[in-house]
Amino acid sequence: MTTPLDWTHAAATILGMAAVTVIARGFFLFREREPKIPPALQRALQVAPLAAIVAVLAPEIFLTHGELLATWRDARLPAAAAATAFYAWRPGMLGPLLAGMAVYLPLRLALGWTG
Amino acid sequence: MTLRDFVGDPFVRRGARDMLAFAPGLTAWGLVTGVAMTQSGLGVGLALLMSLTVYAGSAQLASLPLLATNAPMWVVWASAFCVNLRFVIFSAQWRVHLGHLSRGRRLLLGYALADLNLLAFQKAWPAGTREPGQARYAAGGAVAVWLVWQGSSVAGIVLSSFVPMHWGLGFAGTLSMLGFAYSLLTDRGAWLAATISATAAVAAFALPLKLNILVAIAAAVAASAVVARAGRGAPRPSEVP
Repeated sequence: MTTPLDWTHAAATILGMAAVTVIARGFFLFREREPKIPPALQRALQVAPLAAIVAVLAPEIFLTHGELLATWRDARLPAAAAATAFYAWRPGMLGPLLAGMAVYLPLRLALGWTG
Repeated sequence: MTLRDFVGDPFVRRGARDMLAFAPGLTAWGLVTGVAMTQSGLGVGLALLMSLTVYAGSAQLASLPLLATNAPMWVVWASAFCVNLRFVIFSAQWRVHLGHLSRGRRLLLGYALADLNLLAFQKAWPAGTREPGQARYAAGGAVAVWLVWQGSSVAGIVLSSFVPMHWGLGFAGTLSMLGFAYSLLTDRGAWLAATISATAAVAAFALPLKLNILVAIAAAVAASAVVARAGRGAPRPSEVP
């Protein structure tokens, strides 16, 4: 067994993490003077949030334990395909979620596919 | 501004409504994060403290193995900062729209604005310039995301033993965000950024502390800067054949 958690130490660490959130999210909001960012960079940065969400999603779909999927019997690929097809038919967020899970859950729970 | 004014403001309401479209995916991810915090050994009290104060899901998840082994504080904080580095970039973008607020309001609002807030904001205000109503739109969205995320995260913490994790709840969140990501692919510039980011995020996945996400952002931003300089920048949607 691991050593028991030191409650005070953990609570102080967590409050420090909250400060880290404030610092990171407020990084360029703190100074009174507006930061000088070259307009070309400012325009290029417009794609940063899209890049971030895609960078979160792609490994969730294509990787397992840090490796590319080695088997087709992984429920995530057909589920992502179903969600994509549903999106092409009816754009939105809830529809693709439900369509994808309708494929994902049977493959995983009944057929024992990975995912 | 009184609470009644705030709730009745059309920009606040629109910001909140736009973010409530994310509720299904956010709820799935919030539940998963809540369960993970409790089951990592934090216990209900510390998990609640973390959810309500840290308010950064990826940094919270990354800290759990460190906290479980009583790692030194600075190690946890440095790790959390690395995982949160993308917010440093995003804060430069928020500055454009929130720069006229007082420092206190900038920091409070900045703290409450997560990834999805900026994505929805860019979609609602595509010009990328400061316009009246933007701060209220952002604030309405921040309140909506906070309520949905904390509601589901606290539910995950308190009901951790009842949440059926083997149903792949986390993947449900991924699927719903996939739908949103598709809605952002409106021009060639967006396709380019998404393709490069996905490839880089997968290729650099072995990096610690989610730094693959930062590599992916850097690659996508660099690519779009190069394309813009080459004069073949992303055409407007109306120009796409």
